[in-house]
Amino acid sequence: MRSLSDERSLAGEPSERNEPGGQSRLSQVFARARADGRAVLVGYLPAGFPSVAGGIAAVRALAEAGADVVEVGLPYSDPTMDGPVIQAASDAALRRGVTTADVLRTVEAVAVTGVPALVMTYWNPIERYGVDAFARDLAAAGGAGAITPDLPPEEAGPWLAATADAGLDSVFLVAPSSTDARLARVAAVSKGFIYAASLMGVTGTRERVGAQAADLTRRVRAVTDTPVAVGLGVSTPEQAAEVAGFADGVIVGSALVKALLEAERAGADPGEAEVALRGIVAGLAAGVRRPEPSVPRG
Amino acid sequence: MTSAVTSAAGFANADAAPVSPVPDSAGHFGRFGGRFVPEALFAALDQLTEAYAAARADPGFTAELGGLLATYAGRPTALTDAARLTAHVGGARILLKREDLAHTGSHKINNVLGQCLLTRRMGKTRVIAETGAGQHGVATATACALLGLDCVVYMGEEDTSRQALNVARMRLLGAEVVPVAAGSRTLKDAINEAMRDWVATVDTTHYCIGSVMGPHPFPMLVRDFQRVIGVEARAQVLERVGRLPDAVVACVGGGSNAMGIFHPFIDDTSVRLIGAEAGGDGLATGRHAAAIAGGAPGVLHGMRTFLLQDADGQTQVSHSISAGLDYPGIGPEHAWLHETGRATYGVVDDQAAMDALRLVARLEGILVAIESAHAFAAAFDVARDLGPDAVVVVNCSGRGDKDVDTAAKWFDLL
Repeated sequence: MRSLSDERSLAGEPSERNEPGGQSRLSQVFARARADGRAVLVGYLPAGFPSVAGGIAAVRALAEAGADVVEVGLPYSDPTMDGPVIQAASDAALRRGVTTADVLRTVEAVAVTGVPALVMTYWNPIERYGVDAFARDLAAAGGAGAITPDLPPEEAGPWLAATADAGLDSVFLVAPSSTDARLARVAAVSKGFIYAASLMGVTGTRERVGAQAADLTRRVRAVTDTPVAVGLGVSTPEQAAEVAGFADGVIVGSALVKALLEAERAGADPGEAEVALRGIVAGLAAGVRRPEPSVPRG
Repeated sequence: MTSAVTSAAGFANADAAPVSPVPDSAGHFGRFGGRFVPEALFAALDQLTEAYAAARADPGFTAELGGLLATYAGRPTALTDAARLTAHVGGARILLKREDLAHTGSHKINNVLGQCLLTRRMGKTRVIAETGAGQHGVATATACALLGLDCVVYMGEEDTSRQALNVARMRLLGAEVVPVAAGSRTLKDAINEAMRDWVATVDTTHYCIGSVMGPHPFPMLVRDFQRVIGVEARAQVLERVGRLPDAVVACVGGGSNAMGIFHPFIDDTSVRLIGAEAGGDGLATGRHAAAIAGGAPGVLHGMRTFLLQDADGQTQVSHSISAGLDYPGIGPEHAWLHETGRATYGVVDDQAAMDALRLVARLEGILVAIESAHAFAAAFDVARDLGPDAVVVVNCSGRGDKDVDTAAKWFDLL
């Protein structure tokens, strides 16, 4: 269970790893988008919802419909940073028996499409799996890295070493409350991009993107050249366009998860849910391609 | 000794006493503790750390807290000679540190008065708290009423029904009680919901954590506010017996009453420190709340400590007849005391705890909380082991009025 080597048959050989010293796959995606004058679209879905197979189909749909990067959530028993939508899907996935190995299989399914896949996870499942073992197996599954929202830079030493050895990007978060000193500290360890929380709160769709997001992005840019992606509360093409006007990436989670939850509640068949998901992603992908010029970039 | 002097000095002594070398500046107790929280909370934790350091150094703060402990909370609490219990058990002399006599019925008031004064000091006007048995929620609601702060208490839905009386008490005191329907609907889920609230309201709100757990500085800060229990008990035993006790016994869920009574004895290496974890249906059944005896190191609620968890690092649901001990983790300083061997932790199951509760009621006329009954059950074994020349102090952390319904069902009394 700790190794994927016997389970490799599922999705064929994963795409190539980041080369040590070279530009990571995430960095390449952000560089290409910047050259095209648009933002990167990052889409999140938890593994194992509505089932392991259904979750794999859903993340593939995300990749095919226009997400530039896919975040695969690792469902966790105590999701203190998530609002009701992601909690509901994660709880259901856990009740239905999703495991860390299933999460890695889901990553592999994204990786074979050529779209970079990240694991988004609370820290304890990695610590329990074994820090080095998780980095090694995530790399073996073709993963590009991981986002660890409750692992602060102060506690991240072993994880930074393990991800560097495995050729993975380690993505860390900043928040509107972060002091400039902490922004610098996070920027020093965050690889691939920096995840900027748009507001003080948990995940979930919001009426409007927090005004704090643009300000935070500017403050991060003052301390680093690493790309900045904005998440929390972004759900519509209009919000995606707005965020694309000032940030390098737009992260959407709850709006996508909500589509799957609603499809399940309505008793829709998996095909219908996938069509709905593709439609939302296509709209968001269009949004990040028409950044609102109101706020100057960079 | 007079009340006011002992209590005020009890807190002030936290600065002067030889304090153990933990935690370090990042909140580590050996490999345990730390700060595993979203970046959004770092500013608030730093603010709290600074405000607490400033408050400790401010004689005005220590005097105000000492005054409230003496004239409002009823400190110092008594040290009772449990003569009939001692005779019945047939071993060491058993002394009871009577936290059940503190205002609101448990030791929880010590911590909340300190934290609510800090809240005011930080210019915040709203306090949130989690509660399991309801004791911490009641204490927080009480301190908020006293100090004019808004109060919201998160409580697992399962606990709101098994501790309905405390829900009513909190509402009478003006607090809003929010039942939490997520996850296992118990204490851990109430903590999750409180953390979700805090991240969105941190500018105006203080999260008054009720035990020696959570991210730094909470384990240190709550310990320091509860230390008054041990400071008083140590002085009282010296005065009564003329020497230090041989053992100090306390129940451990998150572990605040235990940490409070243990800490002033840590440098007294002749004193055994013994914690009683909740064994639920029995360790072998897997249905228990014994994080040290039945768990493994991991990260939950902002700290690295011993946890009940499965092979994938998912938190396992704890089980105990005592809502206050029904938590899958334990404070990080206890994990460290266990690992260094300075304290030992045993397991008391539901049956043994309830038997102890009835025995103490009948022999001493004290109806203790089911949480505290775990400490008594452990103490009986310790007293027999140590023999009649020894002295054992039991932390009677709370009174059992809230548990009458549970006990009546358990013993089929109605």
